[in-house]
Amino acid sequence: MDRRTVLKGLAGVGSLAATGGLSMPALSQGAAARTLKFVPQANLANFDPIWGTQYVVRNAAALVWDTLYGLDATLQPQRQMVESEQVSDDGLVWTFRLRPGLKFHDGAPVLAKDVVASLTRWSARDPMGLMIKAIQNELTAVDDKTIKWSLKAPYPKMLLALGKNSTPCAFIMPERIAQTDPFKQIPEYIGSGPMKFAKGEWVPGAKAVFEKFADYTPRQEKASWLAGGKQMLVDRIEWVVIPDPATAAAALQNGEVDWWESPITDLVPSLRKNRNINVDIADPLGNIGSFRMNHLHPPFNDVKARRAVLAALSQEDYMRALVGDDTALWKPLPGFFTPDTPLYTEEGGEILKGKRDLAMAKKLLAESGYSGQPVTCVVAQDQPITKAQGDVTADLLKQMGMNVDFVATDWGTVGSRRAQKTPPGQGGWQVFHTWHAGADCINPAAYNAIRGTGDKAWFGWPTSEPVEKEVLAWFAAKNLDEEKSAVKRLNKAALDDVVYAPTGFFLSYTAWRKNISGIAKGPLPFFWGVSKSA
Amino acid sequence: MVSYIFRRVLSTLPVMGIVALFVFSLLYIAPGDPAAVIAGDQASPADVERIRQGLGLDRPFLVQFGTWVWQILHGNLGTSIFTNMPVSAMIAQRIEPTLSLMAITLVLTILVAVPLGVVAAWKAGSWVDRTIMAFAVFAFSLPVFVVGYVLAFVFSLQFEWLPVQGYTPLAAGLWPWLQNLILPALALGTVYIALIARITRASMLEVLQQDYVRTARAKGLDTRNILFVHALKNAAVPIVTVIGIGIALLIGGAVVTESVFAIPGLGRLTIDAILRRDYPVIQGIVLLFSFLYVIVNLLVDVTYTLVDPRIRY
Repeated sequence: MDRRTVLKGLAGVGSLAATGGLSMPALSQGAAARTLKFVPQANLANFDPIWGTQYVVRNAAALVWDTLYGLDATLQPQRQMVESEQVSDDGLVWTFRLRPGLKFHDGAPVLAKDVVASLTRWSARDPMGLMIKAIQNELTAVDDKTIKWSLKAPYPKMLLALGKNSTPCAFIMPERIAQTDPFKQIPEYIGSGPMKFAKGEWVPGAKAVFEKFADYTPRQEKASWLAGGKQMLVDRIEWVVIPDPATAAAALQNGEVDWWESPITDLVPSLRKNRNINVDIADPLGNIGSFRMNHLHPPFNDVKARRAVLAALSQEDYMRALVGDDTALWKPLPGFFTPDTPLYTEEGGEILKGKRDLAMAKKLLAESGYSGQPVTCVVAQDQPITKAQGDVTADLLKQMGMNVDFVATDWGTVGSRRAQKTPPGQGGWQVFHTWHAGADCINPAAYNAIRGTGDKAWFGWPTSEPVEKEVLAWFAAKNLDEEKSAVKRLNKAALDDVVYAPTGFFLSYTAWRKNISGIAKGPLPFFWGVSKSA
Repeated sequence: MVSYIFRRVLSTLPVMGIVALFVFSLLYIAPGDPAAVIAGDQASPADVERIRQGLGLDRPFLVQFGTWVWQILHGNLGTSIFTNMPVSAMIAQRIEPTLSLMAITLVLTILVAVPLGVVAAWKAGSWVDRTIMAFAVFAFSLPVFVVGYVLAFVFSLQFEWLPVQGYTPLAAGLWPWLQNLILPALALGTVYIALIARITRASMLEVLQQDYVRTARAKGLDTRNILFVHALKNAAVPIVTVIGIGIALLIGGAVVTESVFAIPGLGRLTIDAILRRDYPVIQGIVLLFSFLYVIVNLLVDVTYTLVDPRIRY
């Protein structure tokens, strides 16, 4: 009997127990109803959304900092802090006007100079920001409310860049804070979002507290993801970090917490049996599993070896290892873009469909010149998603006749080792696994992992001129049809060159107590519109 | 005695120095990169490198070590790479839950294990002795997290008597404080109770065979007096030694217990810091634990003189 079995069994039996109130916090009923206790997917270890780009930081930052635009549930950027915008006929000058009544948490009004400083810091770190910066003439505050961004070339995706939810988001901070070096942490956490960060109550690794900002002026439109009126219906949100999933499940069942962002799939059946708990898909955009190969060193510097992997790889094996037998949680993905989004395509994806062809894989591998040298597969054991993928990959590569050097380690080590370009025998690697949020894979804008810019590309450093050509075509596209055409070609080019091997599309659950209402499905937990009854 | 204590305290300085060098060297050569963790999964290799430079992690070993030692000599444990908070402030936030957990566990252990061991020795060979020793073997074999889950299931989910997770400071009241610590202390203390009970039994068995015990019995002293006043005091030296050693076990066990019961203590801080490669925090905590361990050993040595007047320093 292993730890996971014990954990699952106890949580399962525990779900049958009635919930009680003995362990409720020592708050009055009214105060308890105005305090939402939330278990985040990870520890909020730092709180600078430009410096540290982990999703958990972005999720917390969305409470505290606002953005000029926000992506809505239809994936369109909508005005958020901005009242109006104008773009010149030649597409070279963008002018934005801030809406009235915006204030920072220290009481100061939000001014154009704050926006200029914030966008300057953001554009030094964000992939889209870097593109804009590369064609920037100047970014200036015309007056207190007006910002002008003049460019040397048109940038049609400007509003998407300013409103996207992939990290780092273009959060607006006071000028004095935004002037911090983008590669160093900010010293204060003052924003203009609907909640204030209670720095004094922050216990990194255990608790983070957000309090309602009384002077926040929400937009009048209905809230939709990061867009619309961010109406806060609770006064206080406490993020309670519970590292152990069984404990988090028990705390939710016991009423000690209200909302658990990411329950592990093993525990979902038992949570579902509890009459006081709702369980649903967290984010319809889901995630894409990634088998990342190093294009710099043999055998995967040869496209035939990479294609051999695609020919043999069974996405079903990967997905079942990740999410178990719940078929509602995954689907095959013969491509790189998020299913059920406008640009989704399977162009060129035949190699990932149908019966897996091990004989073809072995033939391709032999043609690549592979002759039994060790293939270093670096697998983080402390991340269930990477561990499950790594185990399947080890089996797959062995079936293909490869000599697998399986390096079982932790995510911190993988994060460091994957940056090594040296040969595998000298500290480098040939394979690692990760996953990409589906929200980042709806288009090429923030999709670093699909780029083929060689030395400047994401880990694995693929070089692919056809891929880069189509990425640029998408950026230049003037309408959805042009975007779709570009992405179709891009998908095919990325599969032909095997930029990476997608291991499938998978979803995850979120769980909350039934006295909580207003939880919206989306790529991050949206707290506006969420209320709690006593 | 005073000069002995003074000498022992002074002797901690080279110990701490060696620990500091060892820990710093170990972390320097260990794989992993905090800059990669900070940058997140979407960051480019160039971004990771810039962050590494910003943190000063690209500097030579001796420069980094010298800077750190200089800070420590000035009473500064440094700043967390991730939270940007002083390490001393982070430790201050976390020390109360850990010390509370250790204190409650220690008290619980002594109150349960010592009488169990004494009774087992007194009834050596009987069903009482066998039952207690069977419990000890069983308890010694149980992983802390299994005990934790079972206790949480029974007392939190089934009976709804105690909370599953969290910590309430002592300042909020005795019962709220205890409420959050009872289950973790029981979970953490189970192994420790088994260990102390076995040691107490072994030590008492030896003492109970001494002539003076037989004489005491012959003089008509009641059993309780013989066991707990005369025999236990003479059997105490090995028990105190094991309790002292056990504090190291408690520190290790606290890491698991704090994770299972989501107690925001130093154990969890240690794990988080290791996984993120937050070097200043790891170094600060290891130094603190080393210091605590040295002090506990000193207290154990001093306690010997209280239970056995023949021991003098």
